[in-house]
Amino acid sequence: MQTWLPMKVGLFIPCYVDAFFPEVGVATLELLERLGCSVEYPLDQTCCGQPMANSGCQDDAAATEAHFVRCFQDFEVVVGPSGSCVHHVRQNLDATEQTPAALKVRASTRELVEFLYDDLRIEAFPWARFPHKVGLHNSCSAARGLGHERPSERVNDPLFSKTRNLLGKVHGLELVEIDRLDECCGFGGSFCVTDEAVSAKMGWDRVRDFHRHGAEYIASADMSCLLHMKGVIDRLGLPLKAIHIAQILNGAAR
Amino acid sequence: MTRAVAPERRAERFIALEEHESTHDRLVWGMRQHRDQAVAGVPEWEGLRELASQIKEHTLTNLDHYLEQFEENAKKLGTHVHWARDTGEHNAIVYDVLRTHSVRSLIKSKSMLQEECGMTPYLEKRGITVTESDLGERIQQLSHEPPSHIVVPAIHKLRTDIAELFAREIGSDPKNAEPHYLTEAMRANARPRFLAADAAMTGANFAVAETGGFVVCTNEGNADIGASVPPLHIASIGIEKLIPRARDLGVFVRMLSRSALGSPMTQYTSHFHGPRRGGELHVVLVDNTRSERLGSPDFWHALKCIRCGACMNTCPVYRRGGGLSYGATYSGPIGVILDPGFDLEKYRELPFHSSLCGSCTQVCPVKIDVSDQIYKWRRVVAARGMLRLSKRVGMSALGATLAHPAAFRAAESAAETALAGLPRFALYNPLNPWGRHRELPDVPRTTFRQWYLEHRAKEDR
Repeated sequence: MQTWLPMKVGLFIPCYVDAFFPEVGVATLELLERLGCSVEYPLDQTCCGQPMANSGCQDDAAATEAHFVRCFQDFEVVVGPSGSCVHHVRQNLDATEQTPAALKVRASTRELVEFLYDDLRIEAFPWARFPHKVGLHNSCSAARGLGHERPSERVNDPLFSKTRNLLGKVHGLELVEIDRLDECCGFGGSFCVTDEAVSAKMGWDRVRDFHRHGAEYIASADMSCLLHMKGVIDRLGLPLKAIHIAQILNGAAR
Repeated sequence: MTRAVAPERRAERFIALEEHESTHDRLVWGMRQHRDQAVAGVPEWEGLRELASQIKEHTLTNLDHYLEQFEENAKKLGTHVHWARDTGEHNAIVYDVLRTHSVRSLIKSKSMLQEECGMTPYLEKRGITVTESDLGERIQQLSHEPPSHIVVPAIHKLRTDIAELFAREIGSDPKNAEPHYLTEAMRANARPRFLAADAAMTGANFAVAETGGFVVCTNEGNADIGASVPPLHIASIGIEKLIPRARDLGVFVRMLSRSALGSPMTQYTSHFHGPRRGGELHVVLVDNTRSERLGSPDFWHALKCIRCGACMNTCPVYRRGGGLSYGATYSGPIGVILDPGFDLEKYRELPFHSSLCGSCTQVCPVKIDVSDQIYKWRRVVAARGMLRLSKRVGMSALGATLAHPAAFRAAESAAETALAGLPRFALYNPLNPWGRHRELPDVPRTTFRQWYLEHRAKEDR
């Protein structure tokens, strides 16, 4: 049985998820509620500041980061379905003044997978069925930045993957193995337009790796990688779909 | 402002040569895979990384002491020791020694530092013939290109490119691109030059303070033929190459070639302790901005680098775009963090030629925080007002929008209207780089926030 106490969770829905992938926000919210969390979505939230900070523009990021802190400072824990945004909050949100509130928000912001695996220690998702071949794409900021899995470079460390563990609890889901386990898909924020040729080639190679190994879906905890890879899939006309892990764990009806 | 190197445009041209890019990616990724296999054979690898990092940090923190100790011990062995503040001083010292010995032809083994100094063109302008003895470097020299990789300088070329080049330059069969044939053709061509050279130059992988000796690692033995045939040997050594004791070599030699190519050791690991009988040995210790970097809290760790190239092999951007796209002496992730230290204006775009995937940091045998340094260089570029205009304006506007909920929501609905309403030719045009190789996302009817207001917020009230 699950034994955690209900937590007051602040739901962090990154700007591009809000605009382009509302269904991922809905799946995250519903999943957390199913698991007994009390979830609130602060209506004034916008963005964590990563797009500006990632380009080196600390001055332009400061006000957005300060706003992020104001929106979430009253929550015990903040959960967001995006490895790269959570990585920014935890590791790099320092354009704004490092007040006690800022430090608290940074320390208590969790990516969905680590919240489910490390904090709630979920053992089962009885409602989740996904009878498909799925290729797992852990984003670089989740895999190497937040430690969702053992990075492929650390060949002598014990093998683990929090994401793989959670997906293993979904009925019918079959994970496919690919050639380059954690190769970057080439999204990289504004890199995807400023370095378009390299970014696109990385995306094509990544998507083809999944396709070659028979995946029907590419699943990830990062919608930004999936946005980029979906663009490539559609252009190449491959029979592949992109899906966020929150949707699978919430029992996506497919 | 100096014109900046545009790595993304150079990379685009390399990717357009489809076979070059795919072969390059496959071969360079192969080196990463060999590295993984070699590392798996050393269970204490992570401990070795930590030890190597600590030895380098300790040495760099006490660099003045170890440099003087090295100088004293090298002199005791009969080595001439010179000090060069920058590239100009280095080249002048080398030329002076060569002139004193009436050197007309020089054989050199691979040295990134001599590349950094632009030494070959400097000497050739003064009438000295310089021949690279490393096969890959010789290919690059004949192509009038800098090395594209620290360890395998001509890895961006196909065998057929080399067959064509050798046919033109040394008269081999243009139709024969078989590696053994090409290597043998160059061997036959180069050997007489090696034997006739008046002097040899090498770099150094490690300089040992307690002995005054230094170590040169190669896989072709080319540094050794240079240092063994002519009577004069000059080695250029960056001041960050120091290690305190001979026993510390055991840590680095175990890691260097495993990280680079996945082999347990380089084929030749040659130790030089003073001149050989009847010969003369000179060492030039070069600073060239290293002291300045040592004083930088964010960037001094880059001086730990042992030039193994593992970060290049693992870098997905390097593998796609090729080493020449960086337009600098050092390419790949290590180049991205070293080059701006030499010339920030010229290399201000390099920190953006990265997806920040972080793999470089994980493979680095001396634990340089490569990826974090790339990120920090972006901040330096922005803070100095060196961002390109589109980014400067764009980020300022974006920051202003995202700091205010109402402005953000207005922008969201404007973007949705634009995406939904514009015809395909307007979205997929050359001014919108996203659409060149990718489709745009579908536009949902509502934002998450609107859904939430409709389905949840009401219940709260």
